[in-house]
Amino acid sequence: MNATKLAPPGADVQLTASPRRSVFGAVFKARESGIVLALVVLVAVTATQNSRFLSGQSIRDILLGTAILAVLAVGQAVVVITRNIDLSVGSVLGLSAFAVGSLMRDNPGLPVIVAVLAGLGLGAVCGLVNGATVRFGQVPALVVTLGTLYAFRGVSYFWAGGQQINADKLPASFLDFGTSSLLGVPWLVLIAVLVLVVAGVVLRNYRFGRELYAMGSSPQAAKLAGIKVGRNTSAAFLVSGALAGLAGVLFAARFGTVDAAAGTGLELNVVAAVVVGGVAVFGGSGTVWGAGLGALLLTVIGSSLAVLDINQFWQQAIVGALILLAIGADRLVAVRVAKALKKRDSHV
Amino acid sequence: MSERLRRFASWDTAVILVTVVVLVIASFGVENFGTSRNFTFLLLDLLPIALVALPMTFVIVTGEIDLSVASTLGLTSAVMGSLWDKGMTIESIIPLCIVLGAVLGALNGFFVTVLKLPSLAVTIGTLALYRGLAFVVLGDGAVADFPREYTSWVTGTLGDGPIPNVLVPLIVLALVFGVVLHATPVGRGVFAAGAGEQAARFAGIRTGRVKFWLYVVSGAVAGLAGVLWTLRYSSARADNGFGVELAVVAAVLLGGVSIFGGKGTLPGVLAGVVLLATLQNALRLQDVSNEALNIVTGVLLIVSVLLPNIVSAALRRRRPRAVSPER
Repeated sequence: MNATKLAPPGADVQLTASPRRSVFGAVFKARESGIVLALVVLVAVTATQNSRFLSGQSIRDILLGTAILAVLAVGQAVVVITRNIDLSVGSVLGLSAFAVGSLMRDNPGLPVIVAVLAGLGLGAVCGLVNGATVRFGQVPALVVTLGTLYAFRGVSYFWAGGQQINADKLPASFLDFGTSSLLGVPWLVLIAVLVLVVAGVVLRNYRFGRELYAMGSSPQAAKLAGIKVGRNTSAAFLVSGALAGLAGVLFAARFGTVDAAAGTGLELNVVAAVVVGGVAVFGGSGTVWGAGLGALLLTVIGSSLAVLDINQFWQQAIVGALILLAIGADRLVAVRVAKALKKRDSHV
Repeated sequence: MSERLRRFASWDTAVILVTVVVLVIASFGVENFGTSRNFTFLLLDLLPIALVALPMTFVIVTGEIDLSVASTLGLTSAVMGSLWDKGMTIESIIPLCIVLGAVLGALNGFFVTVLKLPSLAVTIGTLALYRGLAFVVLGDGAVADFPREYTSWVTGTLGDGPIPNVLVPLIVLALVFGVVLHATPVGRGVFAAGAGEQAARFAGIRTGRVKFWLYVVSGAVAGLAGVLWTLRYSSARADNGFGVELAVVAAVLLGGVSIFGGKGTLPGVLAGVVLLATLQNALRLQDVSNEALNIVTGVLLIVSVLLPNIVSAALRRRRPRAVSPER
């Protein structure tokens, strides 16, 4: 198998020190280039069917949609890498979008940065609730975040009570933030790229990031190695919550119209983006870059369906099928890598 | 603590007691709760949750989970509407829908037991897939003109009393599931698989096969729930049963089933279902909206997994003093 050839001499040492450059590195590169290939094919096919797909407006829409999904996916990736999951992100986005929307409607004079900070803060509080419950209750993240998925959504409904925030009630500066650009790049996209770069660098090069991977690979080993597993778990959920809160601000600024149902079911797209992007559900591997690519792929699929005049209802079914495909492919790769490693070890 | 006392003080007895207390308080404290009409509605509302909770108990006891049940319910409802619209007879649609549910469950089972993928990720995937397919089948419309004799049987009561007709199949199924879980080798195998998969395999239990069939049964029962749901509201819609998985998982965990597998009883789960339905019903009578009710369900779900851990941590702290000669 060529995975064996790719591994340089002394790969055993390198394998643990830096998985990115060994057998696993090759696999992930293959995964990410696979998504890029899928993207290229999809864009090419759609563009030949309808040239409008590559118009400036269409590309802008795709990028704005990707920006929101990518911010959520980065937070989710951080949590999934630690072998947890955060199903509450869609509800946190909704709560934050509604909170920030009402804040800006009632105080039109506030600068946009206040809205961003308020969203981040509210999201962080939600994330802290998840993280503290998982950490101190010793309860699976799945159950906790399934509970808060509905609880946070319920809070939104309780608060909104059927009212809706309309774009014409929001200050122009806030709506401009959702549509205007800096040097031709929309603000939303800049923010998403910033989030991606910061998270990518922290996960790759900083102690905290490497600890998250170690926890996901083996929680027991991480604990024995002196990693503060509980503290880091809370921190991962805090990051995911804060980013979902930020995504709520971006959502409110982009659409202007917000009600209590904003972002319902979005957690499925986020989980799909992350696992399609190569972040293994077993934890311990994957990158935020992959998650970002996954978010881009999902958004492109969505707008391709619209352009190709295919029933929009297929979108959710495709999301589900992609999740199954991605985790199935991961499994296949994991089995192959394990076999290859075994084979190599037997030669030594 | 003597063995008998310990058993008496177990989680599921506690839940049964709390359920009784809540029922009594609600009957006296909440206006219109004690009426026979409301009692009928309460039972009708808890029916789909109770039905789906039966196989879910098995699935969670083996240490797995099935989050796709609500979407299976929705897809069977959508298919039922679409087939009825195409002129098929209801007598052939109903068994077909249950078979469809079983097939959907088998797909989950295939991914979990043959491909050995984590059930959480698989059933999140099929949660999206099945709900998406439901919308593909029926769009956002509804099919409503189901035959009167079927819809009125589902909403009707036994001899004009307060007990709905559909409680009969529920009780029969609950008895079957209860006996299988607690009094047959299959049930022992289910507990063994959840307590320690490897040990169970060494003991000769085919854990993979057991789990696969549990997913099939879970799907089939969700399909049946979809049929009953459609007939009860006389409306086949793609979004039928949206979010029911939360109530089901909450009820099962509330009933004392451990999310880590290997522990739980069916009577406890049924008490959990009744407790959840009673709370929701009583709050609804107090004009709390459906969406706000989700706060209660979500918090109950978290509390029901938190509380046992807190209690056992507290007991562990007390243990050194609690050691007595009789033990």
